[in-house]
Amino acid sequence: MIEIDDVTKNYGDRRVVDRLSLTVPAGDFCVLLGSSGCGKSTTLKMINRLIAADAGTIRIAGEDIGTVPAEALRRRIGYAIQSIGLFPHWTVEDNIATVPRLLRWPRARRRARVTELLEMFRLAPATYRAKYPHQLSGGEQQRVGVARALAADPELLLMDEPFGAVDPLTRDDLQGELARIHRATKKTIVFVTHDIEEALRLATHIAVMQEGRIAQLGAPLDILEHPASDFVADFVGRQGIGLKLLSVRKIADRMRPGEIAEGEPLSLDTSLRDALSAMTTRRSDRLPVCDAAGRRVGAIALADLVR
Amino acid sequence: MTVLPSPAARRPAPLLSIGIHNQVLLVVVLVASVAVALSGFVGDAPNRLVSGRPIPLWAAAAILPTTGIAALGAALSAACLVRPSRPLHCAVAVLAAALLLLVLAAAGQAASLLAQSAKPASRISLGPAFWVLAACAALAVGDALQRLGAGIVVQLVAVTGLASGMVLLAASGTFDALSLAREFEIRHQVFADAVVRHMILVGASVGAAAAIGFPLGVATARRPGLQNPVFGVLNILQTIPSIALFGLLIVPLSALVAAVPRLAAYGVAGIGVTPAIIALVLYALLPVVRNTSVGLAGVDSAAIEAGRGMGMSPGQIFREIELPLALPVLLAGLRIVTVQAIGLAVVAALIGAGGLGTFVFEGLGQYAVDLVLLGALPAIFLALAADFLLQILTTILRRRFAL
Repeated sequence: MIEIDDVTKNYGDRRVVDRLSLTVPAGDFCVLLGSSGCGKSTTLKMINRLIAADAGTIRIAGEDIGTVPAEALRRRIGYAIQSIGLFPHWTVEDNIATVPRLLRWPRARRRARVTELLEMFRLAPATYRAKYPHQLSGGEQQRVGVARALAADPELLLMDEPFGAVDPLTRDDLQGELARIHRATKKTIVFVTHDIEEALRLATHIAVMQEGRIAQLGAPLDILEHPASDFVADFVGRQGIGLKLLSVRKIADRMRPGEIAEGEPLSLDTSLRDALSAMTTRRSDRLPVCDAAGRRVGAIALADLVR
Repeated sequence: MTVLPSPAARRPAPLLSIGIHNQVLLVVVLVASVAVALSGFVGDAPNRLVSGRPIPLWAAAAILPTTGIAALGAALSAACLVRPSRPLHCAVAVLAAALLLLVLAAAGQAASLLAQSAKPASRISLGPAFWVLAACAALAVGDALQRLGAGIVVQLVAVTGLASGMVLLAASGTFDALSLAREFEIRHQVFADAVVRHMILVGASVGAAAAIGFPLGVATARRPGLQNPVFGVLNILQTIPSIALFGLLIVPLSALVAAVPRLAAYGVAGIGVTPAIIALVLYALLPVVRNTSVGLAGVDSAAIEAGRGMGMSPGQIFREIELPLALPVLLAGLRIVTVQAIGLAVVAALIGAGGLGTFVFEGLGQYAVDLVLLGALPAIFLALAADFLLQILTTILRRRFAL
């Protein structure tokens, strides 16, 4: 979907992105992970040409982005940022319909799309459609921000630390919703964050960045188990690495099929970390597991977590 | 949502707690009382050029309006002692408005009473006690409306109520015996022209200042490097005394007309309307440019980045995001400039631009205070009206854009 090829960006004497190459397959959830100043945001903004690359090429679906007018390119790509940037003088409906309006969709189609998106983000359309941004909570504003990015149904979604400014509980909700929407829509998402937990939870691939280069590219489990360098190992954290490993593995990997246990079942896609948490709070070393339809399919025991 | 009762609300409230709850109103009432006690309500002069003999309120007006004014004053001072509440503020606003109209009526009536026994050349003018009393009553109305948190509609109702009361009083001939009314009567044809000319001066200069200042403001917001030179020049212009600026423009404009005589056909001249409008525009530029610049700079940069990121063109971002969000600040600048221009245009009469200043300078020359007032009062009313209307417009826009 995206091929970044040997791209460089300098600010004066400082090289922020250094001959970076990265390929993001269609449907991937690629997280650019790194501390501030590592060039992750700059890389993201070069994809929709908010920042012009000094050298190298970027192709989206095979097409060199330099050959497309910048505004036309951006209307094809969803874009969500940490500061959200909702237009304070527009209603939620008008905000979400920004790109469809730029693309001159007919009114009825815009309206239907806004309804669909509000429902997708569990914001009751009748209540929220006519509200103004200042009437929304921080979490609701960010939901509207992401809904706005998805409005014209772009194949590609760029997100620049979108959940960085919301409280931890809301962030957890928003991450859950984004993961659900990614599974449901199969959009290609490039997501910038410095939060390793967020990256582990959401990514199909993580690109750990260091000084404008990619220090390691791999699946979350890969990065935790086989860090390519001391820098990566330090960054993903030697402390608490066990818990992080538990958080990227699912019950489905460790379950004992067919066995029975007492209590409220956990679903197959629950992380092992959440399973451990459930066992601790329920004072039980064995919990039942159910599939997506709610059928009990097996059990998971405390010992399975450390296997 | 449940609201915890505040500590004050939990305490049983005494029906009437003695204490001064409204210091502003108290000061206003005291000042008015002192003015009424010590100075003349109207003045009685044998002709328009000498100053009059001061006559206090109780001697000038009939018994009915005098007691009425005293009673309303007493009611307002009592209101200072009552625990504040919405009904109280409403009552104060109504009482103070009634007081203002009653003071006007009393002055008119006093003048007619005095005129009956006076020679035709004699003049009955308004005295210090009248002005202080009227100003205090108006202040009390404004203060009560503010405490009430009055919205646009209530303010409009109050202003139209007061204005129509005054118009009714004037139409019924209440003021006819006052010297101010007699000056007006002599000049009513010229007066209408002067008001129109004044409004043309203000309208043209504010329009031109907006047309020049707005793009300049956008430029300074876009290029911070321009700010120092632009604001430097505009600040210096602002410090030139208005009379001096009007005078200074005579020389270059006369020279220009002498060099290009065809300009004279378009009304360009060293004195008159041309230098007046140029000077007014120069004074108006700083607030317009500064507010445009500040307004645009105050627009949330995240909204602009989001707009860019979603594929809005620079023109779309300007028209659909920056401009509407900066509009309230922009209008505030226009409001300052309009009020300022209405005052400054009075001075422009000095260089033959006409307008209400004509009466002021004529009155100054003749030492006829009433003639000065005939120019000054309408200018004040114009300024207040313009300020009020632009304020309403700003409020409506803020609400429309939910800012």
